[in-house]
Amino acid sequence: MQSGSRLSARLERRLPQLVVSPLFAVSLFFVYGFILWTAYISFTKSGVMPNYTFDGLAQYQRLWNTPRWYVAIRNLFVFTALFISISLAIGILLAVLLDQRVRIEGVIRTIYLYPMALSFIVTGTVWKWILNPGLGIERLVRQAGFENFTFDWLVNPDYAIYTVVMAAVWQSSGYAMALFLAGLRSVDDEVLKAAAIDGAGPWRTYTGIVLPMLRPVFLSTVIILAHLAIKSFDLVIALTGGGPGYATDMPATFMYAFAFQRSELGVAAASATMMLMTVVAIIVPYLYSELRKTAG
Amino acid sequence: MKERRISGIVQRRGPRHVLMRGLLFAILLLFCAYYLVPLVVMISTSLKSLAEIREGSLLSLPQTLDFSAWTKAWSAACVGVRCDGLAPYVWNSVLMTVPAVAISTFLGALNGYALTKWRFPGADWIFALVLFGAFIPFQVVLLPMARTLGFLGLAGTVPGLILVHSVYGLAFTTLFFRNFFIGVSNGIVQAAMVDGAGFFGIFFRVVLPMSIPAIVVTVIWQFTQIWNDFLFGVAFTIGDSNPVTVALNNVVNTSTGVKQYNVDMAAAIIAGLPTLAVYVIAGAYFVRGLSAGAIKG
Repeated sequence: MQSGSRLSARLERRLPQLVVSPLFAVSLFFVYGFILWTAYISFTKSGVMPNYTFDGLAQYQRLWNTPRWYVAIRNLFVFTALFISISLAIGILLAVLLDQRVRIEGVIRTIYLYPMALSFIVTGTVWKWILNPGLGIERLVRQAGFENFTFDWLVNPDYAIYTVVMAAVWQSSGYAMALFLAGLRSVDDEVLKAAAIDGAGPWRTYTGIVLPMLRPVFLSTVIILAHLAIKSFDLVIALTGGGPGYATDMPATFMYAFAFQRSELGVAAASATMMLMTVVAIIVPYLYSELRKTAG
Repeated sequence: MKERRISGIVQRRGPRHVLMRGLLFAILLLFCAYYLVPLVVMISTSLKSLAEIREGSLLSLPQTLDFSAWTKAWSAACVGVRCDGLAPYVWNSVLMTVPAVAISTFLGALNGYALTKWRFPGADWIFALVLFGAFIPFQVVLLPMARTLGFLGLAGTVPGLILVHSVYGLAFTTLFFRNFFIGVSNGIVQAAMVDGAGFFGIFFRVVLPMSIPAIVVTVIWQFTQIWNDFLFGVAFTIGDSNPVTVALNNVVNTSTGVKQYNVDMAAAIIAGLPTLAVYVIAGAYFVRGLSAGAIKG
């Protein structure tokens, strides 16, 4: 019995490791194993079916010779730049205004933030209707007396990507507001009092003192929004379906189309690997610094 | 969120102060309209008849309340070739979301507890490794996951989606509980150990009861994420096993017949209502999930 109880004592001591090991295994298999598989497929001859014959960079050459991929990359840049800058501007403005002892702040905050609870598919469906060239905003303005007004961005290949920006900003700018408001609330009241005593006006206080103190909030908000932008898939599908043609394709919709509709697994894997590399370049330095901060 | 104790920046008296306050409220209310108008348009369009939609304008309110679009969206709208409305797909989403939320939350709590209160060599490394999984673009796992589900015989099924969401939700739930437990004093765990309680005894009797707020935040967050998911749903299910987001997209993008905008809007509200209701009821917890998600995104 002596050895039995010693065994159970040792088991008890190892229990935390035992409990965590399935998590570790799941992560190794479903995250790292899958990434390796996708990365490997991107270096093979895979077409409709996976083919494990090594083929060097051929799939990447095909990817970068596909005009549609360039459209996707260009859209990603246009979308990300506009989405981040407009969301930041709205977020900062609303956070600063809400921080002025507004009595019904709770209600207003709830209104600003509710689109975040919706699915991008719901957002896309609503905006598709609002932006409908025949019956939406266009007709509203025409009914107001501007007979020649046209607003057909949704079906115009040159402008459709901006409609995706509009819907995305509507959905996510409240999130930027919430992050900045939390940041403003962490600024010590003494700082504001000191600024007031020094005779600094509201504009100077914010642009000169408060906002520079919020640099970490800026950084994390930009990274969160960039991360959202790179992964954006649902909204494009619901709003434009990637169209007209493939005018609003993004890397995420490109990958999906090549993987599941055109069955070009090699190219799809290569595009997914490119996406992963982009996210890694943004997120790993950020995570590293965040983890060092929490580790103290 | 805590309130400012002193009177903000704009605090001087006089007519200029009144003007500034007026301007402040005007801008705040303008943005309220900006966020609310799409919701109002969605609701009012869903209550109009098609004839009224064609004649009226986007912002006009319905003249008579016509609920036929709602009945149609719920039980007769065509999703692909099947015309039973959204009801079966809402049910699919419930069957998928409830177990996936429960599994990922429970395992996240257990792992967060083991990683913080029973620190062992390498715990931080394991955590960093797992955490990365919360940030990967899921496109990079779509192809191997599709093959794995096929291999397990779960391709195109709701249990397959439960597996996928549990696995990829785990990174975030572990992160959230780890951050919560770091703030919990080790003394409580040590006192329970002195009393002879073991690993699971402490977890179920001491740690879980005091983590109710963290559990609520995680459940709300996971519920919103999984209910609103589209990518996994569209990639891993076909037809009858689609979650409601995929079914909604199919309803809206059906190219056959006359476009029924009122049915589209009613369907969108039905798909969005569960997460919206959670937000309205438990908004504070939702916001805490968002700021915890600041590290997740």
